[in-house]
Amino acid sequence: MLTTIGVKSVDDLFKDVPAKHRFPKLNLPPALTEMEAAAELADIAASNENVRGDLISFLGAGAYNHYIPSVVDHMLRRGEFYTAYTPYQPEISQGTLQGIFEYQSLMIALTGMEVSNASHYDGATATAEAVNMASAQFRGKRKKVVISPTVHPQYRAVIRTYTQGMELDLAGDDGNADLDSSPEELKSLIDDNTMLVIVQYPDFFGCIYDYTKLIEAAHSKGALVCVVANPTALALFKTPGEMDADIVVGDGQPLGIPMWYGGPTLGFFTTKKTYVHKMAGRLVGETVDNRGQRAYVLTLTAREQHIKRERAISNICTNEGLLALGSAIYMSVLGKSGMRQVAELCYHKAHYAAEQLSKIKGMGLCFTEPFFHEFALCVNQPAEEVNAHLLEHGIIGGYALGNDYPALKNHLLIAVTEMNSKEEIDTLVDVLSEADHD
Amino acid sequence: MNTPSNLKYTKSNEWFDPSSGAMGLTDYAQSQLSDIVFVEILVEAGDTIEAGIPIASVESVKASAEIYASATGKVVAVNKALSEKPETLNSDPYSAGWMVKVENGEPGDVMDSAAYEKYCAEQTK
Repeated sequence: MLTTIGVKSVDDLFKDVPAKHRFPKLNLPPALTEMEAAAELADIAASNENVRGDLISFLGAGAYNHYIPSVVDHMLRRGEFYTAYTPYQPEISQGTLQGIFEYQSLMIALTGMEVSNASHYDGATATAEAVNMASAQFRGKRKKVVISPTVHPQYRAVIRTYTQGMELDLAGDDGNADLDSSPEELKSLIDDNTMLVIVQYPDFFGCIYDYTKLIEAAHSKGALVCVVANPTALALFKTPGEMDADIVVGDGQPLGIPMWYGGPTLGFFTTKKTYVHKMAGRLVGETVDNRGQRAYVLTLTAREQHIKRERAISNICTNEGLLALGSAIYMSVLGKSGMRQVAELCYHKAHYAAEQLSKIKGMGLCFTEPFFHEFALCVNQPAEEVNAHLLEHGIIGGYALGNDYPALKNHLLIAVTEMNSKEEIDTLVDVLSEADHD
Repeated sequence: MNTPSNLKYTKSNEWFDPSSGAMGLTDYAQSQLSDIVFVEILVEAGDTIEAGIPIASVESVKASAEIYASATGKVVAVNKALSEKPETLNSDPYSAGWMVKVENGEPGDVMDSAAYEKYCAEQTK
């Protein structure tokens, strides 16, 4: 082999690496036995504090603490499913494809849309793919995207990253915008050059709006509308499909996926059938095999980058196969009434918390609109200080809004789910009342 | 393989009808693509197109292709029926499968049917 490639020895292969960097002395501690390594790792792991016993959490802002039925994990860990990737000869894995097909079917039922892909990395990347899709739909002739300032700040950042070099005009994407204005005021930004309008439901502050009129206004200018939705809320409220949204995306984490360290999660992407050829990602379809039996296939694959190359709508066709399956299991175990029950518990507990917290002197709700399971609370002192005080009492406080929205520097975004008992909420109120008297 | 002698052909497998100004993809192209499931015409009536620019995007069950203009001219009509029935391109590529019509079309780099048949035979080799 060395002769063929024209070198004398193996050392010649490394001659471009300066000699002193070839075998640096690594400053490593003495090697451990397996038993010692396990003990050390267990020590490190023990320093984690989690929300299943160590701490009470009221932190949401995109990742939510929900109960996950044990069957989800049991099914996921079956060897047949325990791979995160769609195989390269996908049709040989009928079980994997059926799992994705069920996931897609459940997602369209939940969002009120017609087509779902096999998922994206997370809610933020799914939202950015909506921009790619709209750009492809207008073949680059329209250049403006109107983004509500109440779309998750990190999702807006990912859109900015994804669209670098596309020469788009991202309007409305501003943390200093007037947050008291109604979403309908976005209408003034929508013009004949607008390809897509992006709003969130419930919005980043937990508020619920009916976007029907805004969507109608966008359609009258020929623009598409993408709604970023919380899937738990969709079990309780009017679906974006009923509002005539063109694209509904979001993060699937609330559907049976742990919060972990903020990921991995899965991003769902649903749309109308008209736009299926412009949709990124993998898509599983049901058909019959040569014996007339039901079978599942990857369908409309000619849209994808491995065939379309540089003309593809997106260069990402990866899906979160295992986590999409996890959320399909979660949804099918809970069923329609179970999902609604979870959403109702979240709603009622959040409203109890909001009512109690706003009774504290100097505190109050920031917005008056109806909300789901999250709300912005004015704490009248730096949010970071309030959170530090809460943590001393074993409570993870809310998301400090000041970094993303300078006008809200004394505000916490508080999330309440079915996992928070009344006692926990009362503890939060008590600790915050003390903070008030400090 | 069907290559009507009244038409002109490009190396990228499109045809042009000098008498009607219509253009589309050839019988050879549709047979190579196999079942066509999606067509999107990229130009509109009123556009001026130049030979060689993409006028349509086609997807089959196994491949995807851009269709290029076989002539320069002003678009007077596009075949909107194709998006509803993309399979027309497989069954009738030269008649019902026309894609775009131009007026006073100037053919680009084209050959006659005999030369195109020879060209296709070489491609298949």
